Amino acid sequence: MLSYTIKRLIQGLITVWFIATATFLAMHAVPGNPLSGAKAMNVEIRQNLERKYGLNKPVGEQYLIYMGNLARGDLGISFTQKNREVNDIIREHFPVSATLGIMAVVFAALGGALFGALTALNRNKWPDTVIMLAVILGISVPSFVFAAFSQLMVVKINALLGISILPVAGWGTVSHMLLPSLVLGLGTMAYLTRLMRSSMLEIINSDYIRTANAKGLPQTRIFLQHEMRNAILPLVTVLGPSIAGITTGSFVVELVFAIPGLGRYFVQAVQQLDYTVIMGTTVFFGAFLVLMVILVDLLYGLIDPRVRVS
Amino acid sequence: MTGTTQSVQSTLAAQTTLADPALQQGAFEPIRSELRVQALTRPSLSYWQDAWIRLKANKRASLSLWIIIGLLLFTALGPQVWRVNPAEQDLLQISSAPGAERSAILVAPHSPWAASDVPPGTAAGLQLVGRATTQQVRLAWQPIPGAADYMVYRNIVEPKGKATFGLPLGPTGSGDITRFEDMLDLQPGISFYSVVPLDAGGNQGPGSKTLRVEIVNAITLQQAADRRLLEGRKTPELGTMIKLPFHPLGTDYLGRDMLARLMQGAQVSLFIGIVAPLLFVLIGVVYGSMAGFIGGRADQIMMRFADFVVALPFLLFMILFKIAFGIGPGESGIFPLIVAMVILLWPGTARLVRGQILQVREEAYVNAARLLGARTGYLVMRHMIPNTMGVILVTLTFAIPSAIFTEAFLSFIGMGVAAPTASWGSMSNDGIKSMLTHPHELFFPALLISITVLAFNLLGDGLRDALDAKLRSRE
Repeated sequence: MLSYTIKRLIQGLITVWFIATATFLAMHAVPGNPLSGAKAMNVEIRQNLERKYGLNKPVGEQYLIYMGNLARGDLGISFTQKNREVNDIIREHFPVSATLGIMAVVFAALGGALFGALTALNRNKWPDTVIMLAVILGISVPSFVFAAFSQLMVVKINALLGISILPVAGWGTVSHMLLPSLVLGLGTMAYLTRLMRSSMLEIINSDYIRTANAKGLPQTRIFLQHEMRNAILPLVTVLGPSIAGITTGSFVVELVFAIPGLGRYFVQAVQQLDYTVIMGTTVFFGAFLVLMVILVDLLYGLIDPRVRVS
Repeated sequence: MTGTTQSVQSTLAAQTTLADPALQQGAFEPIRSELRVQALTRPSLSYWQDAWIRLKANKRASLSLWIIIGLLLFTALGPQVWRVNPAEQDLLQISSAPGAERSAILVAPHSPWAASDVPPGTAAGLQLVGRATTQQVRLAWQPIPGAADYMVYRNIVEPKGKATFGLPLGPTGSGDITRFEDMLDLQPGISFYSVVPLDAGGNQGPGSKTLRVEIVNAITLQQAADRRLLEGRKTPELGTMIKLPFHPLGTDYLGRDMLARLMQGAQVSLFIGIVAPLLFVLIGVVYGSMAGFIGGRADQIMMRFADFVVALPFLLFMILFKIAFGIGPGESGIFPLIVAMVILLWPGTARLVRGQILQVREEAYVNAARLLGARTGYLVMRHMIPNTMGVILVTLTFAIPSAIFTEAFLSFIGMGVAAPTASWGSMSNDGIKSMLTHPHELFFPALLISITVLAFNLLGDGLRDALDAKLRSRE
């Protein structure tokens, strides 16, 4: 177990290095540099600034310097925001994105497991039909449409009741988080429901469930310990990649709901070609995702005793 | 031959007659040997014919196939049928909803309002002077006693009390001036004008008056002539109503025809949604089958690299690559989008195809073919690719909706195709800003995205079921 974990972590580190290198190359392939967007400045000032930020050095040397700093955990200073460290930007805005993402994953996983089980147990009856219809919608309608539509609904309901039951946009309290995280998790929830349904269908027709029924176990116990526990395994497998999808998908939701998350910062940084912020956010996001996938894999070993992690 | 059978039968009959009188000789019939019991009664079908029949039997899948055909026709033939330039602005009908009133009154160019134009003696209470059009609304009223100034307001609902007069248009400047001309962003429809007297201190006094005014669209002769709306009329007279151009799905915030733009957007969205998956699936197939076929160390290295590419945060890199490939002025940015998608999405197919090839390689029929002396090229072309074709096709069908989604997402956050090129995503992005007042601008592109993605998803589901050999044998 320990050696497996160490092996996975080393692989993860190599992946992060690859991500950093790819980002660096892609970023420097963009014509211009962070200073070229600024107002016409005289040559001396430009040279001074370039010297300060190390932009006058060859790209290879810049790469080595950046990697050295990265290894020490220093992501540099933003080009466009005066004296603001990238570490600070991440420290301030990532928790927002993470909270949103975690709540969305929780919504998606709970909803997926529940609705999936419900459809499988009521196969071809009305709950199945209704939920599967909703699932098809959830997969086919882009999240920005859901976001816009839910905002519209809340506005109408607020207007109808004359009080504000939920805020339409912004960030700060739990009530601000409900709507965006639900919208963000909806697509994943639909996907997980489908997965849960097929895995549950397979399990309720298996021999050990028949045995459990035959020996007269109480229904709740069969449901919780035999059916749910086994059916939920495929969900855990896709949870890692889902977390990745949800965190990146949060860009749109952050935009529509005016949430001060990292996604908006990234879009802004790319437009201004703010090298350090682009590098910092991408490497950070990449490392986070790699870590999540490793965690989920390890968790899988704990949940499913059949998997021998070796 | 027949003779022998008969003789056997006769002996049989002779033996059984005593045991059972019912068994007469006539009760037996000779087996005709030419009857081919083993022959197949139904026509034999190839794998693909069978899959096609099963796909057609699947109602949802065949319906989505028709929807997709319809969408392709809409994209390809639509602009031939609906010949409206998607870039042309109809400034008289900005953000008009489908089915909105589209008649306009012919008016002369605007001229300053002289005091002598107010008909004497008729200014009882608050009243309109001339016709209320989107060019101007002219109001006149009887002086209200004690007023040092007047404030004019406009609202779209009937005001109830002081706080609801609506948009303040401005003071007249003096208690002597009892007329006002409104030219501020006039919209056709019902408006309520209120005139409120102000005392010397600027406070609202009693005696305010409200008038319900129906404003109609106005178009000057010159504008109408420029738009070729006067054809068929010999002497267009001022004051007659003419029909403005027809927009079946309304117009957007710049007055562009929604239907024409949706067609143009369909070309962009579907082009990206089909070309990008075709390219990355092709690359994935080549890469994956090479890795699977070569095997060993090369396979490991190739797959390791694919794993790295998978680990790149997708949207972040889409944005980065898109910017890196650059858009020059006047370009639409479609090409960088496709390139970025291809670079990032091929490993999924590669992994899948590699797995399939590894599986097929061990099949008995491949070994048999190899034993019979088949060459590598023949093995790959005749056995491996056709047997993985089903999986590849299903991947492709599911890749199309996700590519359309990606394009829509990127255009939505302003990182996709550049304006003025229309795509469904960028149209949604434009529409969401005026969602509350003009919902049709968001509704139509969003609906088209959803229908397209839905159709491709359902078709993919049906295709997967139809091509699944396991399901086939169960029936």
